[in-house]
Amino acid sequence: MIHQALAMGHTQTPEAVLFWVLGPLAVLSALAMLMVKKAVHSAILLAWIMITLAIFYIAQDAAFLGIVQVVVYTGAVMMLFLFILMLVGVESSESLTETIKGLRPIAIVAALGFGGLLVSLIGHATIGRAYVGLVDANAGGNVQALAGLLFSKYVWAFEVVSALLITAALGAMVLAHNHRLIQRPTQRDLATARFRGTSLARAAGLPGPGVYALHNAVDVPALLPDGTPSQASISATLKARGDVIDSRPFQLSAIENEEE
Amino acid sequence: MTSNSLVYLIALPLFGAAVLLLSGRRSDRWGHIFGTLMSAGSFAVGVSLFLKMLGNPTGERALTQKLFSWISVGSFQVDAGLLADQLSICFVLLITGVGTLIHVYSIAYMSHDLDRRRFFAYLNFFIAAMLLLVLGDSYLNLYVGWEGVGLASYLLIGFWNQKPTYATAAKKAFVANRVGDMGLSLAIMIAFATLGTVSFQGVKEHASQASTGSLTAIGIMLLVAATGKSAQFPLQAWLGDAMAGPTPVSALIHAATMVTAGVYLITRSNFIFDLAPTAQLAVAIIGAITLLFGAIIGMAKDDIKKALAASTMSQIGYMVLGAGLGPAGYAFAIMHLLTHGFFKAGMFLGAGSVMHGMNDEVNMRRYGGLRKFMPITFATFGLGYLAIIGVPPFAGFYSKDKIIEVAFNAGGVKGIALGTAALLGAMITAFYMTRVVILTFAGSKRWDDKAHPHESPFLMWAPMVLLALGSVASGFFFTHGNSLRNWLAPVVEATPSHEGELLSPAVVSILALVLVAIGVGYAIIKYLLNEVPQVAPADVTVFTKAARKDLLQDNFNEAVFMRPGQSLTRGLQVADTKLIDGAVHGIARLAIGSGNLLRKTQTGFVRSYAMWILAGAIALVATIWVVTL
Amino acid sequence: MNPANYLYVSALLFTIGAIGVVVRRNAIVVFMCVELMLNACNLAFVTFARINGNLDGQVVAFFTMVVAACEVVVGLAIIVTIYRSRRSASVDDASLLKR
Repeated sequence: MIHQALAMGHTQTPEAVLFWVLGPLAVLSALAMLMVKKAVHSAILLAWIMITLAIFYIAQDAAFLGIVQVVVYTGAVMMLFLFILMLVGVESSESLTETIKGLRPIAIVAALGFGGLLVSLIGHATIGRAYVGLVDANAGGNVQALAGLLFSKYVWAFEVVSALLITAALGAMVLAHNHRLIQRPTQRDLATARFRGTSLARAAGLPGPGVYALHNAVDVPALLPDGTPSQASISATLKARGDVIDSRPFQLSAIENEEE
Repeated sequence: MTSNSLVYLIALPLFGAAVLLLSGRRSDRWGHIFGTLMSAGSFAVGVSLFLKMLGNPTGERALTQKLFSWISVGSFQVDAGLLADQLSICFVLLITGVGTLIHVYSIAYMSHDLDRRRFFAYLNFFIAAMLLLVLGDSYLNLYVGWEGVGLASYLLIGFWNQKPTYATAAKKAFVANRVGDMGLSLAIMIAFATLGTVSFQGVKEHASQASTGSLTAIGIMLLVAATGKSAQFPLQAWLGDAMAGPTPVSALIHAATMVTAGVYLITRSNFIFDLAPTAQLAVAIIGAITLLFGAIIGMAKDDIKKALAASTMSQIGYMVLGAGLGPAGYAFAIMHLLTHGFFKAGMFLGAGSVMHGMNDEVNMRRYGGLRKFMPITFATFGLGYLAIIGVPPFAGFYSKDKIIEVAFNAGGVKGIALGTAALLGAMITAFYMTRVVILTFAGSKRWDDKAHPHESPFLMWAPMVLLALGSVASGFFFTHGNSLRNWLAPVVEATPSHEGELLSPAVVSILALVLVAIGVGYAIIKYLLNEVPQVAPADVTVFTKAARKDLLQDNFNEAVFMRPGQSLTRGLQVADTKLIDGAVHGIARLAIGSGNLLRKTQTGFVRSYAMWILAGAIALVATIWVVTL
Repeated sequence: MNPANYLYVSALLFTIGAIGVVVRRNAIVVFMCVELMLNACNLAFVTFARINGNLDGQVVAFFTMVVAACEVVVGLAIIVTIYRSRRSASVDDASLLKR
């Protein structure tokens, strides 16, 4: 039945339902992707569009591509996007007000003209055209047929693309590599610096957190013998995050005083 | 004959100049003595060479010396060679002799000048350059000396260049000389183009093969050169201003030697002028015009040095006239040149002596009655005066009368016109020279009490006495038995011609003496018997006003050459800035403007470039749409 | 249903992606829009394969995916590098060509 319908140039009703539900949804998602402020939301919407497209592929007898779409795009590529977003900052949201004067209206008008032209061309190219369908081509299975093409007719392109992939991986590694501008200080250098520093008090190393305090957590500054908290005993990261707990309540004398 | 000692003539003063200029202040104390010794040494070499030449037979007297091969390009071969023939040696003796006397004079005259050493260096340099001019054996070698004396003249006129007017005078002399120098270089080029050689010997041998037209061209160009260097009409305007230089310079360079280089050039080139009658006639006419021109200016000048300068101009006019009269006149031109060298140098030194005693006052109207205070100066100046106006038996009588006589005998209307001009010049000369003498030495005193006229020191009056002796005796000595004429005969090929004689020597002498007496008498009436005002009277004729202004030569030059030249340069400058610069800047502005327009599209924002890509894609799709539908 | 409808969806998605590339400033979002455009193309290829009855379109779509993957890897590495030196992921901040 499906094959006959394809031969007539029309898809069957289930596919039409699928299309008319998912198609507008994909377009709306794409529009929303443009309008949301947060990049994460854009990424989620794009992932949804890609899944929609995977379904469309499968519906159009391209089962292999549909699976690859889900695995490569929605799986790998979108995860890469999210990973980078995490690196760059999930919080990074941009204001949607345009800074380049007149760019946005021009872009929208131009893009609409472009879309109109495309639609008109598609219409011109497809109206009154016979539909062949993939029944014959997929006779031995879609994956087998694709493999036959890839390793015969397109084997050269396949090899080139594989070289491209390796090059891209190398390129990404080179770009991500962090060059060290000055030599990493050795233990000897660090020791020398400690003894030549402003105060010999640093020579013996920094105090650990929680020492002499009535609390052992890393976010509690150590108490020096005179009872004052030592800021040097706390990791700089914790300090920057503001996750340091005031150690005064844990001072021995304070507790002793309370008991008395 | 070759002689190895010729080079020492030039080398000694050149060495002196180099030492004085290079040693700096260290030689301030002995520099003037050294310079004088170098000049005297050159004179000694000159005398020994002269004696050597005298000992040789007539045809073999010329001495040559090849120094080195200077230019060797294909067929163009020029050696740096020296030639001392009978003509050159006259000049050598004049230059080194008078030059040495003036060196001696300058020791005293410049004794209060801080830059005396530099002055002597320049003088030595001048002597060297002038000797190279007269000793060069080709036009090219002569040209080197020619430029050298021009430079020396420039340096010495502007010696007191702290005064802007003096520096301007030096510049004026230099520029006027350049016009003449261009004539000389053109003459050399034409000679090389037509004759293939520039040596005197070569030109002389090949001159007959060249066309009269090219010979005339060479002759005219040589005449232009002579007018520049010798202050002849129409390039005479610089000589009066050149008196800005120290008086010894005026005596040596602007009276006795350098300004006579033009006469030397014409006489030396006799083989060209004899074959180019038109050029020769032009020479004679220029000489006649200048002798009257200078004489008229001389009548109106109150500045003693400028009056003498005008007189120099006039006397060189006589020489040029003589040289323009062909073989008959060359010897007399040279004779007048030599006698003039004595008496005019002597009179300039006398003028310097007067100025020395009068606090550098130059206005003759503020002199008067100086003969009592400066007896030696008066005597030497007076002897020079008698020589220049041509009273027998003084030097001028022999030389000038001969030129007048030759002019009359040149034949036809030309002879009568030139002779009359020369006679008239003699009368005017008598008038203005008498005026100078009366205003300076006779009459009542017209100076104020600040001046204390006194006789000059020995070192100054000794050279004046020697020059005065020369101006007394040289004429007789040169004429006696036609000695100078016979001496020069191998060079200028003088052929004594008495055929078609219009006036006999006796008639000419009597005529000249009568006219001179008229001139002297009129001057006595006007300046000795009448009171001379201290300030030049303003209610004079237009003619006198013009003569006071050098017969408007400066105005003429300014109107004809300077103003149009300035307009031309201004026009060219406008064309340069507006047209050429405009075109260049216009192209640049076009590039800048279009760049500025295009720059607006380059915002630097990736997104605007993406917009352009999108626009390109739209255009592409639209094209496809148009093509397919 | 006419399979050409897929093509219209593809054109719409492509246009929206193009607008996004020009309008958005966050480099990562711009990149996502580029991916959207590539996916729209893939949909068109798959549809054309179906219309024409051969699998060449699908093979091209496959290659497009591989190339897109390469592009994502390199592009994101560039974004990270820029971010590391400029502390910003806005494409407007990287306008050194102008200044």
